This record gives sequence, C-alpha cells and structure tokens, in this order.
Amino acid sequence: MSCEKEREVPSVAEIKVDCRGETCPVPLVETRKALRRAQPGDIVKIVGTHPSSKKEIPMAVEALGLSLLGIEEREDGEWTIKIKR
Amino acid sequence: MKCSQAAPDVETGAAVADRDVAQVEGEAHRRKPEKITLIVHSGDFDKLYSAFIIGNGALSMGMEASMYFTFWGLSRLRRGRLASGPLSKMHLLGLGKLMVKRRMRKQRVRPLEEMARDFRELGGKIFACDMTMDIMGIKAEQLHQELIDEYCAVGTYIREARESTVTLFI
Repeated sequence: MSCEKEREVPSVAEIKVDCRGETCPVPLVETRKALRRAQPGDIVKIVGTHPSSKKEIPMAVEALGLSLLGIEEREDGEWTIKIKR
Repeated sequence: MKCSQAAPDVETGAAVADRDVAQVEGEAHRRKPEKITLIVHSGDFDKLYSAFIIGNGALSMGMEASMYFTFWGLSRLRRGRLASGPLSKMHLLGLGKLMVKRRMRKQRVRPLEEMARDFRELGGKIFACDMTMDIMGIKAEQLHQELIDEYCAVGTYIREARESTVTLFI
C-alpha cells in the first residue's frame, strides 16, 4: 500500500537559469527568483561563469534550508548547480 | 505491555516530540528570517550600487531587507534620477563616472534601475524619509512611488533596525 502511494509522485519541473557572462549579484538574485517561482520538489538548474557565485549560491541554498543536488564545473570555468526546492 | 494503561500516553508524547523535531528541522527556513536594514544617506552613484547589491544579496540568501532613504539618498528616488549621482571619488567632472559606467557595461553589471526592481521583486522594502521631502521640497508624485512602501520618519527606521541583525549607514 505504501509503495502504491510512493508511486503517485507529482510531476517535477526543472527550471533552468542561464547566468553565463553575468556578474555579482545577478547569478545569486536570479537563483533566488527562480526558487521563488518553483514549487516544492522542483529542480532549479543554474548555469554560470562568475567564480564567486559558484561558492555563494550553495551558501544561499543552505541558508534557505533547501537541498543542493550537485555542482559541476567544466575546464573553461562554466559551472552548473542543481537545487531541489 | 504491563504498562498498557500508561504506555499509550508515553508513546503519544514521544511521537509528538519526534514529529515536532522533524518539523522544526524540515521547516527551519520557514522560521522568521534574519533581517538587514540599510540607511541610504548618500546619493553617490557607487554607494547606491553598494546599497542595492548588499540588499539584493541579503534577500537572495533568505534574509529580509529594508532600505531607508534619506537626504541625498532620497533625492535619488526622484523619477529618472536613480543613477544620476556623481562618483564618491574620482568623479572628475563626470569623466570618471563615464569611464566607470563604460567598464560596468563591459562587465555586464546590471543597471541600478533593474537592481531596484529586483529588490522589490524579492520582497525588499523601501522607506522614504518625509522630513527630507519637506526640507528639499520634494513631493511624493516626483518620486518613484512604485518603489516606495512607506513615507516615514526615524521611528520607522528604529523599528526596522531593532528587528535587524545587520544595519549599515551608507
């Protein structure tokens, strides 16, 4: 019975935010805007190049009590951060 | 099972306590957030940037934020004047500001007008000092009223500041 309930998972949306080439505080602000638009359970995916934002977006995620699903960085400095609302 | 009479009460109590702890942990971010209050006294272009960057950063990181505009800062809330202030240093009759603005565009720094809209969109509050309005002869209709929450005095700043963990004078 509980398994059946677990299968009834509501559809999860993925919201993409492209902040490549943007500087302080735009990636942080756009992340927050996207998280406000997202429904609980939705995934917010941010792509950017501003180095400090790669460190600071996870700080915001922690402060907001949300889960950080992963951080990836390419050799050219472009990073991707995934957050679960 | 010997304590069948007492057990249900104890278990219920423990279950409630566990649920409360889980709720507190799961909803930690829903507790009343910390707050930052900025006094924007300066009307300088660069200092207005500092104020909005700090305000927007705080909102983005889950804090509440209030900005209290007074004196030269309030003057920047007049329509079309947000970015019209001089640089606090190296203004050089406008030449320095021109160079800084060019560099900012190149680095894709967001314009002040957009930062102000972001601040409002993220739930930031803007207060306008009514004494400054009287001194400078500024009427509400001359101001960006869509940005302003309240026209008020020092008492409102103190109310905001005493609830804040951070307050800055810019």
